[in-house]
Amino acid sequence: MGRVPPQTVTQKILAAHAGKEFVEPGELVSAKVDVLLANDITAPLAIREFERIGVQVFDPAAVVMVPDHFTPNKDIKSAEQAKVVRDFARRHGLPNYYEVGRMGIEHCLLPEQGLVVPGDVIIGADSHTCTYGALGAFATGVGSTDLAAAMALGETWFKVPESLKFVFAGRPGPWVGGKDLILYAIGQIGVEGALYCAMEFTGPVIDGLSMDGRFTICNMAVEAGAKNGIIPPDEKTEAYVQGRGQRPYKLFKSDPDAAYKKVYKYDVTDLEPCVAFPHSPDNVRPVSEAGDVKIDQVVIGSCTNGRLEDLRVAAKVLGGRQVHKDVRLIIIPCTQEIYRQALKEGLIETFIAAGAAVSTPTCGPCLGGHMGVLAKGERAVATTNRNFIGRMGHPESEVYLANPAVAAASAIAGWIVSPEGVR
Amino acid sequence: MLEGRVFKFGDNIDTDLIIPARYLNTSDPAELARHCMENVDPTFASRVRPGDIIVAGTNFGCGSSREHAPVAIKAAGVACVVARSFARIFYRNAFNVGLPILECAETDNIPAGSRLQVDLTNGRIRVVDSGQEYQARPVPPFMQEIVAAEGLIPYVKARLGK
Repeated sequence: MGRVPPQTVTQKILAAHAGKEFVEPGELVSAKVDVLLANDITAPLAIREFERIGVQVFDPAAVVMVPDHFTPNKDIKSAEQAKVVRDFARRHGLPNYYEVGRMGIEHCLLPEQGLVVPGDVIIGADSHTCTYGALGAFATGVGSTDLAAAMALGETWFKVPESLKFVFAGRPGPWVGGKDLILYAIGQIGVEGALYCAMEFTGPVIDGLSMDGRFTICNMAVEAGAKNGIIPPDEKTEAYVQGRGQRPYKLFKSDPDAAYKKVYKYDVTDLEPCVAFPHSPDNVRPVSEAGDVKIDQVVIGSCTNGRLEDLRVAAKVLGGRQVHKDVRLIIIPCTQEIYRQALKEGLIETFIAAGAAVSTPTCGPCLGGHMGVLAKGERAVATTNRNFIGRMGHPESEVYLANPAVAAASAIAGWIVSPEGVR
Repeated sequence: MLEGRVFKFGDNIDTDLIIPARYLNTSDPAELARHCMENVDPTFASRVRPGDIIVAGTNFGCGSSREHAPVAIKAAGVACVVARSFARIFYRNAFNVGLPILECAETDNIPAGSRLQVDLTNGRIRVVDSGQEYQARPVPPFMQEIVAAEGLIPYVKARLGK
């Protein structure tokens, strides 16, 4: 028996779930999955396919269903879809079905509730499933039929990805957060810069980030085409998981001599908050070069930036100020627990006093579903993840992606500005 | 052998262009087909005919994991999608729902509106008028097994002895 060759954290997690000591990039493996996720848009298709197989769910506790996209139901068709999910969860006794009023946006809810832990393999019928990589887990989006097959088998196939390493160094400015780091990286490598690859985020700036900031970074790995984003776990990861993790966890780290397809090193000392202009997440400019972009709406929320830290930053900017008369500011805490904590801290009071609309958790406006759909010609600044044509409504509307501080400042000013730009 | 008329699209055709989220309150293939490609070409759904072929650039199907995207394309009657590259979730989804897709480096050279022949068994692509031929990348053997089983669900059923 020779020594096991060096591996990245992504390789190690996949190897452990494939019953192997070593897997190499390009290899096809069948791996056990710890958690499977679907929502009110993707679950109905998965359920239809699953029922064609004619078996029981391999492990009801492993299948998590969260109606979060078009809920609270926006119309009759959405209500029918949510009912399909609810009925299935009851019929199969799924303990991890989360109803409106007790739920959250899936990618904020699952880590918060301890349903996903370091070392897991997680697949979700939602592309932003890659968020959980912030815990040192392998997490990736799949379609409904892949999910259906895994609900029956408890495993799925993967092509082991090559890894790209991103090393962030320097001292980021006060209004620069996880959102800016990932927008900057996507701006550098492009929306297909990480196609089929793992994006591994490391370096002192990542070490210094909160878990909330780390979730934001991994959340948008898919925007560069990545299969997964991942941050090797450290003491912050462990502190986050302890007390909430519902299963034992395992910490995997990359070997120092592991092979990477490419290593990107960024010094972010002079990095400004970033804005992704329409209609692509890689169309990134520093906020000071945004020019005169007059806006109609601001959305602060989503699986990217609706966590407590994001709301605190927004409240810091909005405190004692008023939303511009021509702007609609919509703020959506991403889970019930975060909503309650924001109430306790007075953040919600600050938002409402500033003239914002505050909503129960929903993905709603991010994908142009409800709760803030744009009319023809309207422009929005959003802390969400995609600014594709028609993403938030009319095909001739525009979305500018930014961090919560820039979004809040822009809501006050009426055009895109950095927080330093508002009085 | 497939033969159809070419509808040409560019790079990074995302899933919001293929099927906008405002129509995702249904999973009925016929309903989804009526809005296929609406955000990039509102006339597509009314012009496309059974057997037509989509030819596109890089990263086709990027964005959301919605399987409604390949379902909409298939239900619109499109026989095959040929692109320089595909986003990975779309790539898996297409095989799983039985929409044939091929990766070909030279899609830029295939003219819009031309008639195209595609041989799925060997990846040969031929522009009928000019006789120009191109070779698509071979489909990985594992994906061929799924295609041979006529989709992932029959493949899983066979494996479970159902």
